[in-house]
Amino acid sequence: MRRMSPLARRQAAWAYAFLVIPLVFFLWIRIYPVFSSFHIALLEWDIFSKVRPFVGLANFERMLTDRVLHKALLNTFEYILISMPIGLALALAIAMMINALNRGAGLFRTLYFIPYITSVVAVAAVWKWMFMKSGGLVNNILTGIGLPAQPFMNSTSQALGVVASNVIWQGLGFKIIIFLAGLKQIPRTFYEAAAIDGASRWAVFRHITIPLLNPTIVYLTVLTGIQTLQVFTQVFAISSGGQGGPLNATLSMVLYIYQKAFKSFDMGYASAITVLLFVIILIISLAQMKLVTRKVEY
Amino acid sequence: MKKLSLLLVLALLLGLALPAGLAEEPVTIEYWQYYFESKVALIDELIAQFEAENPGIKVNHQHFPYDSYQEKIAASVAAGEGPDIVNLFYGWVPKYVKSGVLQPLPAGSFSPEAIEAEFAPMVTINKFDGVYYTIPTAVRTLGLLYNKDILAENGYEAPPATLDELVEMAVKMTRRNAAGELELEGLTFQPDGQLHGFFRPVLLRLFGQAPLSEDYKTVQWNASEAGYEAFKWMTDLATVHKVGEVNFMTNDATAFRNGAAAMSIDGSYRLSALETDGTLNYGVAPIPSHEGRQSSFGTFWTNGILAGVEGKELEAAEKFLAFLTSEPVMRTWTQRIGEIGARTSIAQDEELLKDEKLAPFIEMLPVADSYFYVDEAADRKIVVDAVDMVLLNDMDPREVLDWAVNEAQALLDSYWK
Repeated sequence: MRRMSPLARRQAAWAYAFLVIPLVFFLWIRIYPVFSSFHIALLEWDIFSKVRPFVGLANFERMLTDRVLHKALLNTFEYILISMPIGLALALAIAMMINALNRGAGLFRTLYFIPYITSVVAVAAVWKWMFMKSGGLVNNILTGIGLPAQPFMNSTSQALGVVASNVIWQGLGFKIIIFLAGLKQIPRTFYEAAAIDGASRWAVFRHITIPLLNPTIVYLTVLTGIQTLQVFTQVFAISSGGQGGPLNATLSMVLYIYQKAFKSFDMGYASAITVLLFVIILIISLAQMKLVTRKVEY
Repeated sequence: MKKLSLLLVLALLLGLALPAGLAEEPVTIEYWQYYFESKVALIDELIAQFEAENPGIKVNHQHFPYDSYQEKIAASVAAGEGPDIVNLFYGWVPKYVKSGVLQPLPAGSFSPEAIEAEFAPMVTINKFDGVYYTIPTAVRTLGLLYNKDILAENGYEAPPATLDELVEMAVKMTRRNAAGELELEGLTFQPDGQLHGFFRPVLLRLFGQAPLSEDYKTVQWNASEAGYEAFKWMTDLATVHKVGEVNFMTNDATAFRNGAAAMSIDGSYRLSALETDGTLNYGVAPIPSHEGRQSSFGTFWTNGILAGVEGKELEAAEKFLAFLTSEPVMRTWTQRIGEIGARTSIAQDEELLKDEKLAPFIEMLPVADSYFYVDEAADRKIVVDAVDMVLLNDMDPREVLDWAVNEAQALLDSYWK
């Protein structure tokens, strides 16, 4: 540590002081409740009772035989497997197209970003009406061009796709903006060099664009992963009665936690599931950072 | 000058302090309910009336959005910041009583004998170990709403009187387009809306099967052939007769309100929304009978006093609760809200029975049963999933009903243990 002048030391002391106060607040509001819920996972508690008996790992044992939880787990992975690749690919494609525009780029950026800042619940309600089995917009179009009407939310196989399509659509705007920023900071000299060497468009994409976008891709992958693993609002708003139906076809982990905690008032079990979700998100995020990050060679 | 102003200030303070010291500290109690426009407006008026009649008591009225109401109560009670009197859905009361949130109603104003003599029979569902913990202002029953225009178009002048007539008329009035897609439902079919509440207890009773044992400890939906027949009758509506579809127009109330359903089984609480719309030409009928049996589903929002309330606040709460459940208040409530005053005297009120939309609901009071919910959301999900298993997975209704009874029994068992 290099020696600091008295002035620098005083400035550093002020810096620490200013940093500590929000840090304490953050620890109290965000970190402490996390540990508190780890503690509640070991108890049996119905929110009202003053008495909270210690039950050890009973809540975790219960998770092993809970078929609905297993379905929620499966669904949550399905959400991420469907919406992440499609969402990222679409966003990148649109970002590249906008990037290639000379005029109107600003307009398209705005248009594509608007869904992201629209109320999630409002969009989900519109989605619900659009995908109605009888009289919904999508089925009207399908039957109009001669295809059979689909059951959509009345089908255990299609319902999750409907919700996932909403998640993808609304998340595009943010990813496009981030990708655009990432594309813009790729130096033009690389593209010019590739043009001189006569590289094909696909080669340019594969060997210049993707590698140099790597930090952006990692960032969006981890962020989308964390968000999608916690999908709740869209499932709650689109499925009938907010139940994650039909027959748990759209049920996500967070919706199940919500049901257990605030409809059944089974706080201990709900907290145990949040611990499980925490571990899953942690593992997946670390895995993504390890696997997707590549050292960029210029 | 300084001395004079000091004297003035002292005099002012004395002048203020004296009357305040003589007058009594008003007792303030807090009343919580969920947000329902007409209820909130009426409660505000009633509080003003009560405070005028009881100058020493102030009532603080707070309301919360329905969707988060239960969570709000739970979180506040857990933090020790709940109200003095809380308005609860009757189906939540078993859980609240078990967790020690409510205290027994003060025996002075609310003895069990008085309650049972004067109130509608359905309120006994909230009696635990001979003690009442809550008391309602008004109750609701389930009835049959029907669209007069659609009935007339199909040549019907009167609503169905029996379940068989109901199916016959529903089949005739159902309309599908060229592609076979539903355009108009004969009867709404929404398990997570009103249909689950219709199945138990009403449909089961109509077929002759009581849904629960007398001590509320055993689920009996499949205890006899009648139970299986009732469940199959319900699923047949969608699979065999095809008179309705789940999520048609997103739910039953929306479909009927928009004239996309000929008939709908719904509660008296729907009246205020339909009257506000004002454009629908609809009528109300009692729930059709079956094999000579009549039944309806009674639900109610009820008022209880929180466990920690004592002393002056408890006295004030008792007075306010007695006021809220007095006959004049109930009469006003019935006219303004469309719920039916909980006293049996209201059910026989000539004036109220003149309202042709409210009368059928009132007439069903003597045959309306409530259902003992220990976890309403989970219980509803069992019926919803059961119907989906038959409709979407083509499972045998008998097997599905057995599965549903097992699940429901597990709920009851974990409550009573």
